[in-house]
Amino acid sequence: MSTVDLPVNSEAPAVAERIPGLWKTPGVMAAFTVLVALLVLIRPRSGDSTFRWSRDGDWFTIPDISLPANGIVWTAVALCLLCTAYAAWNARAGRKTPLVLVSAFAVLAVSGFMSWAVAGKTLPVVGLLAGALALAVPLVFGALGGVLGERAGVVNIAIDGQLLFGAFGAAIAASLTGSPWVGLIAAMIAGMLVALLLGLFAITYWVEQVIVGVVLNVLVIGFTSFMFSQVLSENSAALNNPPHFPRLEIWVLSGIPVIGPIFFRQTVLVYMMYVAVFLVAWALYRSKWGLRVRAVGEHPKAADTVGINVIATRYRTVLLAGAIAGIGGATYTLVSVPSFGREMTGGAGYIALAAVIFGKWDPIKATLAALLFGFASNVESVLSVIGSPVPSQFMLMLPYVVTIFAVAGLVGNSRAPAADGVPYRKG
Amino acid sequence: MSEKGPENQPVETSEPTEPTEPTEPTEETKAASDADRVPEASRWHLAMREITTGNALVAVLSVLLAMFFGSLMILFTDEDVRYGLSYFFARPSDTFYYAWEAISGAYVSLWRGAVFNDLGGTFTQQIKPITETLKFAAPLTLAGLGIGLTFRAGLFNIGGRGQMLLGGAAAAFVAVKLDLPMIVHLPLAILVGALVAALWGGIPGILKALTGAHEVIVTIMLNYVGYYLVFYALTRKSLLQAPGSGNPKSAPMPESAILPDLLGPKFNLHAGFLLAVLATFLVWWILNRSSLGYRFRAVGENPSAARAAGINVGVAYTSAFLISGALVGLAGVNQVLGSVTDGATSGLDAGIGFDAITVALLGRSRPFGILAAGILFGAFKSGGFFMQASEGIPVDIVLVIQSLIVLFLAAPPLVKAIFRLPTKEA
Repeated sequence: MSTVDLPVNSEAPAVAERIPGLWKTPGVMAAFTVLVALLVLIRPRSGDSTFRWSRDGDWFTIPDISLPANGIVWTAVALCLLCTAYAAWNARAGRKTPLVLVSAFAVLAVSGFMSWAVAGKTLPVVGLLAGALALAVPLVFGALGGVLGERAGVVNIAIDGQLLFGAFGAAIAASLTGSPWVGLIAAMIAGMLVALLLGLFAITYWVEQVIVGVVLNVLVIGFTSFMFSQVLSENSAALNNPPHFPRLEIWVLSGIPVIGPIFFRQTVLVYMMYVAVFLVAWALYRSKWGLRVRAVGEHPKAADTVGINVIATRYRTVLLAGAIAGIGGATYTLVSVPSFGREMTGGAGYIALAAVIFGKWDPIKATLAALLFGFASNVESVLSVIGSPVPSQFMLMLPYVVTIFAVAGLVGNSRAPAADGVPYRKG
Repeated sequence: MSEKGPENQPVETSEPTEPTEPTEPTEETKAASDADRVPEASRWHLAMREITTGNALVAVLSVLLAMFFGSLMILFTDEDVRYGLSYFFARPSDTFYYAWEAISGAYVSLWRGAVFNDLGGTFTQQIKPITETLKFAAPLTLAGLGIGLTFRAGLFNIGGRGQMLLGGAAAAFVAVKLDLPMIVHLPLAILVGALVAALWGGIPGILKALTGAHEVIVTIMLNYVGYYLVFYALTRKSLLQAPGSGNPKSAPMPESAILPDLLGPKFNLHAGFLLAVLATFLVWWILNRSSLGYRFRAVGENPSAARAAGINVGVAYTSAFLISGALVGLAGVNQVLGSVTDGATSGLDAGIGFDAITVALLGRSRPFGILAAGILFGAFKSGGFFMQASEGIPVDIVLVIQSLIVLFLAAPPLVKAIFRLPTKEA
């Protein structure tokens, strides 16, 4: 991190002054390259790494690919070095590192690490990615909710509470009615209830929004745990036995090798996620409604001056965001887990919040960040099945370490909506 | 999330900065400061004012309101009350009788578990609850002090869990691995625990100072990293795992490293509470009497103004997080060497790292306020466990009541509106 404080490069003083921390991205890339190289230097692996690409039901089968593990890792390290060098050259010229380069670097570094980890064994690539997508669903919905709220100027730390309450509502409603669809609607309402409290305290009563969020999370944990022990556990057959969404294969598309099994053999919630990401991104940037939301989040006074009702817009957006996050919560009890349990989200809402900031308050980028988290957690579970040379605790902490690096190094230049977290007081 | 790192802000800070006159600004100037000036500078300032302007009446009413909602939850889930409701129109008095039984039973047992148990046979048994309250108050106060300190510097420390785990694990390591006389062993274990937690807690401060990384995200992430680090240490015989055991748990603490009992072996209250009281005085001195504390508060009030006045904001952030980490770490040490001495586990934080946020908020980030809030929440905890055992009401209801208290306290206009009190703000 010492590169951060380097004196401004004399060749491009004007640019470097405008974009501080230009050297952070190359710095972090260099650090990761060294890490991957150290892995092979300290523990070189023998044998081939095999990557399996096909699953039953594909139109045709792509053969497994087997390559010597050490060879792949060293190739990856070399390519990573090239990327880092290019990024450093860019920074020297006063330019930001393009996102494509960062993505390419990430893919290379991950491939290098994976081939090192699975040397001598077979990695089911399709299963890894399909599982990652499924794991990311609550994170993506949570992150979309977070992006919407913050774009309207309301910081939402309560995503975790919305996910948990969504899961709780979905479990009860679906168990009572026997229909997962009713459960889904209940989850949306539950998420909106938490959002309503957030709005009441943050928008109407001007309470510091980070505080409201944290406290709401505790409130939801306390309430759902209380109800779980007091009511649900005694009548679990009637109240906590939700029917699940079945896996839906989409006609034709699901047969495409690699892509089909990953994207088109999922539950209906995953398909809803595709639609939600597209809709939120489109509406935020291309619709009149989105323009108003962003105006309210950037400069509420100006928005008020031209006749936009700031308070009402914030309430509507926060409620919508709560409904979206609630769908994410439904994923837990209607897809992944048989029934509701105490604190079952395990802090996923905080990860979604990290994805919001990691994704620079943009719905698409936040989705990608959430997918990254899903991928990282699935890598751990897949590798623990295959058997990996890294202790599982270190694999489990990897996504969080990567986030810290990313927040410190890659996203330093990001900017929150200007009025994010600032209550609007008319007058 | 709009707080920006120091280097993201414009270098020239000659813009008009917050005047430091002691009088409360009027609503007009508050609104103007929101819209016209850099919002980051005044955010925490306003937030702290929101919390601090509530008067004592609002505090009492907030507690009452929270207890009222807690009562509702007990009512609606009580078996007898629901049974009474099933024939409500035939004999409504039954429902009211059962409701009274449920609620009075809950709060009486809460009182018996937290303060004074009149059913206890001996005097020792009768006053034991209050000592239990103080035992639970110690870690809440220590961690609350740490988090309150960062509030005063305009920072938000959600990393209490990780800092407690690291501090507790480090203290356990010293306690288990070394064989020393008590006079050296105990202080050494406490010091090492605080030091390790301080270094861990300092990471978000350093990152914020150097790169502008948002401390909320970094502390959240460090909670998970710390958890898995401690979990790893607990599965390795060379680090913390008890010899001859397959469980992720350390060996029991040796006598020479256990915080001594304050009131003899009949009570569980240990010297951790003294530690908490000492820490309260220390933090009060740091914040109100030392130049370091002055810098913390200046940075917390308005980072741009502090920078213009020649205060190194990055250093202030880092040192605030270092001290905060040490204090929260002491809460972990208190758990391992005092409250649960049969070995450190990855659950040694027992949720205190998060509870402490509400303690710091309730105590309005003032050291003695935090001590009082810690004792109140300690009472809730002690009473809650008693209530769970005697009335079968899950202890989680305490979480609901605590969070509602903090929410209501932070929104005095809401409380005043509910009780139809006159308000200046209309």
